[in-house]
Amino acid sequence: MVKNENGWLSYMSINEIIEILSYPFMARAIIVGILISLCASLLGVILVLKNYSLIGHGLSDVGFASISIAVACGFSPIYLSTPIVILASFVIMYISQSKKINGDIAIGIFSTGSLALGVIVTAISNGLNMDVYAYMFGSILSMNNTDVFMSIILSAVVLTLFILFYNRLFIVTIDESFAKSIGINIQFYQFLISLLTALTVVIGIRMMGTLLISSLIIFSAFIAKKFVRSFKSLMFLSATISILCFLIGVLVSLLLNIPTGASIVIVNIIVLIISFIISKISDSISLCKN
Amino acid sequence: MDLIEIKDLSVSYKIGYKNIKILDNLKLNIKKGEYVCIVGSNGSGKSTLLKAILGLVPYSSGLISINCKKSKISYLPQNSDILIDFPATVSEIILSGTQNTESIFPFYKKRDKLLADDAIKRAGVDSLVKRRFGELSGGQQQRVLFARAICKKPEILILDEPCTGLDPEISNSFYALLNKLNKETHTTILMVSHDIDSVKKYATKVIEINKKIMFYGTTREWLKMKTDG
Ligand SMILES: Nc1ncnc2c1ncn2[C@@H]1O[C@H](COP(=O)(O)OP(=O)(O)O)[C@@H](O)[C@H]1O
Ligand SMILES: [Mg+2]
Repeated sequence: MVKNENGWLSYMSINEIIEILSYPFMARAIIVGILISLCASLLGVILVLKNYSLIGHGLSDVGFASISIAVACGFSPIYLSTPIVILASFVIMYISQSKKINGDIAIGIFSTGSLALGVIVTAISNGLNMDVYAYMFGSILSMNNTDVFMSIILSAVVLTLFILFYNRLFIVTIDESFAKSIGINIQFYQFLISLLTALTVVIGIRMMGTLLISSLIIFSAFIAKKFVRSFKSLMFLSATISILCFLIGVLVSLLLNIPTGASIVIVNIIVLIISFIISKISDSISLCKN
Repeated sequence: MDLIEIKDLSVSYKIGYKNIKILDNLKLNIKKGEYVCIVGSNGSGKSTLLKAILGLVPYSSGLISINCKKSKISYLPQNSDILIDFPATVSEIILSGTQNTESIFPFYKKRDKLLADDAIKRAGVDSLVKRRFGELSGGQQQRVLFARAICKKPEILILDEPCTGLDPEISNSFYALLNKLNKETHTTILMVSHDIDSVKKYATKVIEINKKIMFYGTTREWLKMKTDG
């Protein structure tokens, strides 16, 4: 919603939306958004099934710290946050596997520590300036060419690795000790999953913001899980839900002039509620039949 | 050189700050084509021995050498890690049994699909292939995991109480199938079993353990020892 010249709140008209959609920056945003949604939803399947979903959350806080440092020093955040978030993902995975410290606690320490660091850096440098704010809540429409280029490259890396190792990721996700017994190097795949999560978080931050990126990873897989029989159809349904929610979310954010990331999250939550009702209804129908 | 050679094997679990010895100084040699059953009371370390052989638990001392490719070993665990609400079909699970570490990128080939189909027929789970694994009964799940274990035609098949929870008829067909694999393809079988009748009928050797090896020899010797007291 925006205030028009009379001071009244007004919605954007359909014509205005069509006009905005035809701008090149919008087309770029939609392409990048679809790629990010695809990466997050596929990876989300593995993270949700393996109970790793908090990792994405912890990493987004690490992303916040690295972005505030980058902004304070005045260079492009994605170059700094990519290596730092990857490194953090490896450390978190390593600590969770060592069994001495519970994984959730490791993530808790990392995320609160990173938030504290980020806030201190931001306060010392400039206060909460527009750049940091944009990274916290996402601003897909303000992506520059570097952002678009890096997002496309990183998504391509994530999708390629995912497809190449799809069958291994399946076996490692469903039955770790069987995978180990046939000689599969579990640690390698744990680190691969960490790497893919880190990359997805880094590219997703531009769109969703550090506060909301982890929702992009969790929602679609969680919604899809109730409706499928096979792992493959879970992948397809999760990807479809994620992309549709993204598109609807962008449209809603334009219509109501609200932040894109938040709008995508709300759309996901509405779909989650609807899916919950549908599965309850179909449960009771199948109960009646029996 | 025997297929599996185990020397002075000890395994401990760390519980809190204590190390508790579960297996103490085991020595075993298993030859290719043998059908070996492991017996012993609950908690005597049978599963732990299998896991040590498979590399699933670390051992504190000793030596295990297995003289075949790691990818030629297959395993049917006592309790599988698969969660009930994991969305995967029976056919996806069985096909995953053909994976090995020889190819870096694990795409299924035509041959793998044929192997899986063959295992599906042998284990008698044809009618279940499209079902979601989690919605099957315990016995059906066990048969599916059995199919997964045999589908790559392993040289060594390691099974941990494969027939608990199965009705006698199905158990018998299981044992018959194992016997067939053992006789026809010389698959070495190493199985934990409480089913004395089937041990008598099929096993060539028996290992009785209780932290240490209490007995290791042919089935006939074992039966003789038991009747002699
Ligand atoms: N992961 C573990 N951590 C600690 N103790 C274990 C673990 N697994 C098994 N044990 C203990 O080791 C002993 C042997 O277990 P196991 O090999 O499963 O026995 P069996 O298969 O003969 O019934 C038991 O006392 C059990 O409590
Ligand atoms: Mg056991």
